[in-house]
Amino acid sequence: MTQMERVEALRPRNFGASYDWDELVQEDRVHHLLYTDAAIFDAEMRHIFGGTWVYLAHESQIPNVDDYVTAKLGLRPLIMTRDSDGIIRALYNRCTHRGTTLCRFEKGNKRSFQCPYHGWNFLNNGKLRGVPWAEGYGENLTRDPKFNLAQVPRVESYRGFIFGTLNASAPPIGEHLGPIRKPIDEWLDRNPGGKVVVCEANRIKYKGNWKLAYDNSGDGYHVLYSHRSLLETENRFVDENTEKGMSYYRTAPDEQPMYMQYMGNGHHFKDKRPNLQPRNGGLWAIESLHPGMEHVEQKLRRQFGDRADALLDLAGSEPVNINVFPNLSLLGNHIQVFQPVSFEETDTIWYGTRIEDVDGTIGADALNDINTLRMRTQEGFPNFGEVDDVTNFEQIQRGLRCQEDEWIYMNRGLGIPGRIHTLEDGTIKAPATDEMFMREYIKEWKRLMKAEPQLTIRREP
Amino acid sequence: MAQPVHDPSRHSYYVGDALYQELIADFEVVRRDDPTVQDLVERDMFRGLVEREARLLDRLQFKEWLQLYADECLYWVPSTPNGGDPRREIAVMFDDRRRLEDRVFRLATGFAWSQAPSSRTVRMVSNVEVFASENPDQRLVRSNFLIHEFWDDETRALAGWAGHRFRKFDGVWRISAKQVNLLVCDQCIRNPSIIL
Ligand code: FES
Ligand SMILES: [Fe+2]
Repeated sequence: MTQMERVEALRPRNFGASYDWDELVQEDRVHHLLYTDAAIFDAEMRHIFGGTWVYLAHESQIPNVDDYVTAKLGLRPLIMTRDSDGIIRALYNRCTHRGTTLCRFEKGNKRSFQCPYHGWNFLNNGKLRGVPWAEGYGENLTRDPKFNLAQVPRVESYRGFIFGTLNASAPPIGEHLGPIRKPIDEWLDRNPGGKVVVCEANRIKYKGNWKLAYDNSGDGYHVLYSHRSLLETENRFVDENTEKGMSYYRTAPDEQPMYMQYMGNGHHFKDKRPNLQPRNGGLWAIESLHPGMEHVEQKLRRQFGDRADALLDLAGSEPVNINVFPNLSLLGNHIQVFQPVSFEETDTIWYGTRIEDVDGTIGADALNDINTLRMRTQEGFPNFGEVDDVTNFEQIQRGLRCQEDEWIYMNRGLGIPGRIHTLEDGTIKAPATDEMFMREYIKEWKRLMKAEPQLTIRREP
Repeated sequence: MAQPVHDPSRHSYYVGDALYQELIADFEVVRRDDPTVQDLVERDMFRGLVEREARLLDRLQFKEWLQLYADECLYWVPSTPNGGDPRREIAVMFDDRRRLEDRVFRLATGFAWSQAPSSRTVRMVSNVEVFASENPDQRLVRSNFLIHEFWDDETRALAGWAGHRFRKFDGVWRISAKQVNLLVCDQCIRNPSIIL
């Protein structure tokens, strides 16, 4: 029997009623307070980052028994462990004695964690194993579950992606993901064995609200302007290398076959794959220039002939943005995580992924070449594109200090007949530059902020 | 050292597994407590090159800066403190000649918002050590750096140490590879858009 604890004391009475959410979030615009109000941010840490499923880590980061990696649920520091029985847990990184963090390293392999302050020792399943000079306590602390580490009560994986929530009544993760599972499946299944392995990251901090990144993740309207330096750079050899990268945004992006789709529960999806030639090598054909690409291409073509195109595509940057509310975005080959720090500061972590030669048909040498090239393609966008976006995010945060100018508009595409279509499965489709995804996801945000979530934590018995 | 067959500003044929292996091995050298070159003239010559690079970057003289580099060069900012293996790990930056020129090109487009206006920087380099090598045409140099960068409303310090691999081409020492080890290499960095 597991111990579930309702967290009542933490819940300000009727927070949901303390703001007029329908005034702050309207059909075509949102109020700047969503980005600039510290109290709303604090509430988001409960209502959003406690009340719905949040991405925590990838299983490939803790492949072996006793592996751990630190993570966050909103602002809560966690230790993600694969415990000695192989069970994945999201332990609160908080000693039950007087509250210090137990683990200050990012990753490792440990059966137990000893508190650096007074030496309480916890197993990696969260159970208190022992305390120094136990006779100084009138009872045996290890028999009282309240001294076991708190942990996220619901931890579930979807194909290697580990999610957690404090909301005991949340639906199972598969159900919560719903239609966004299809693009996730496709993103995985283009890799051998349908899997990827996380490997290090590009990490960028910006002084702005976390939603600025989520607003951007589905935004096809900014590409040509915010990323103009990138587009010009990747196409600087116009005589022989035209139409690289995201050049398909250059003319009439809304008439391109790419599209955006709202997938429910705050998730949305930008699919640029229809812009590619539908053949092996179609992705590689538009890949911009990266270190070593000619070398690897020449080698793979010699060794694999026609199959080389499909292998080169594995190093190419998959043209999708799969955005899982509130903090996960699969784009290119990256697993990007949005990590709120304060209402005006956010960390974005772009975990890289590599592939495995699951059925042994690639061979160690070619696998090494493909993965190496895949590292280089992944470094491209954070270095040449994202830096300009985050600068614009920071400048939004600054512009919003003009507090009398209250509104942020997201009305592109709204009310134009025939532009937006609701499909049979309830998902909604729109042209690539539409702001429909913002209007839809912020409705889910509003629903969660109005609700009074029943947050729980759990301890081992 | 031989001249390249392909123009490395246009085509990247030289970045292959052999190069990576050599790179990882060479930058192990600057992590060891090996005997360093005591000859003051030689040491000062390399110190001068490292200082010159710092000055050209501070002054945004990228064309002249690129000329310090060999045609087939590498610029590597690892994302882990020990350097790691860039074949299996994403780096903060890992550039060949063409991508370095991409960086310079991007900054000149006028649309690189992360550098509009440009950061102002001043770099200090010190603790220069030159490592002895059996190859008379190659030297590895280790130095510490401290970059003060003013951008937007903040002046920040970026500190770390760099390894330079110098090679001699037609009697001239040029940078064939540089490894920049930032203290915060594995942390979220605000606007990482200057050349280090
Ligand atoms: S705070 Fe952990 S043992 Fe005291
Ligand atoms: Fe963008």
